[in-house]
Amino acid sequence: MPLEAFLIVAAALFCIGIYGLITSRNAVRVLMSIELMLNAVNINLLAFSNYLDSSNLRGQVFAIFVISIAAAEAAVGLAIVLSIYRSRDTVDMEQFNLLRW
Amino acid sequence: MNLGEGVQAVSLVILSAMTIAAAMGVVLIPNIVYSAFLLGGVFISISGLYLLLNADFVAAAQILIYVGAVNVLILFAIMLVNKQEDYQAVKLSLVRKITTALVCIGLFCLLALTVTSTPWLLTPNIAAVPSTLVIIGKHLFTDYLLPFELASVLLLVALVGAIILARREFVPDPVATEFPAAEESLSLLERPREQLVGSSSSEN
Repeated sequence: MPLEAFLIVAAALFCIGIYGLITSRNAVRVLMSIELMLNAVNINLLAFSNYLDSSNLRGQVFAIFVISIAAAEAAVGLAIVLSIYRSRDTVDMEQFNLLRW
Repeated sequence: MNLGEGVQAVSLVILSAMTIAAAMGVVLIPNIVYSAFLLGGVFISISGLYLLLNADFVAAAQILIYVGAVNVLILFAIMLVNKQEDYQAVKLSLVRKITTALVCIGLFCLLALTVTSTPWLLTPNIAAVPSTLVIIGKHLFTDYLLPFELASVLLLVALVGAIILARREFVPDPVATEFPAAEESLSLLERPREQLVGSSSSEN
């Protein structure tokens, strides 16, 4: 049961992240939702690493890679949000349609 | 069930409840400063879950990187773009939210059904490794060496890109002959940028 418990927690976290990603209007909150989803993936990796591959720990190495990519993503994403805020004077996702048409 | 397993089960329940509740707060609370602080709570609870999964190094890295770097970065971004604005009402916003919630709940049910109905090939007993740090270090410098180096290059590229995207363009001001006014000297010089005209008002 413990493996299933961790996986269900990760699934719930991922679904909360998707809900926030789609419905929130503030661009910073969208980035926070992406962080939630990445953390859910990390919980999955570590759970499988512990219960299925406990002597090799490959999942922990992948989790470290995911953490480093997430840090880079957060820095670039927040820089893009700042840049759009300077040019459009808003952080509303509904008005970010520069590339749409 | 002996004492250790009981403590583990109780910690799992408490940490899971903290994680889910704080994540709901991140998504649902209207004030974004509160949700940024709750995001730190989510990260700390998740590092507790990592400790339950025998991943001590990843738990420490989680606290150092997420709480120490990413969360602080998000707080700085909120302070920089914190503008009280009333969002314009969008057509069918309630329908959108309800649809999204239904889709997310459906996805969660699907994932939970898959998790509980799959027979996992669990190893009978979890091997006690002397130190996870030694094994991770061996992996990083033998069979995962190329992704490790690529990650370092990617971090450098992200650093340069973030600086270029977010920096201010200073105007080389003409040499001031007298002392400038107080509020003028305190203001950050920035080249005035024309506001891009949104196309949403003219079309749709």
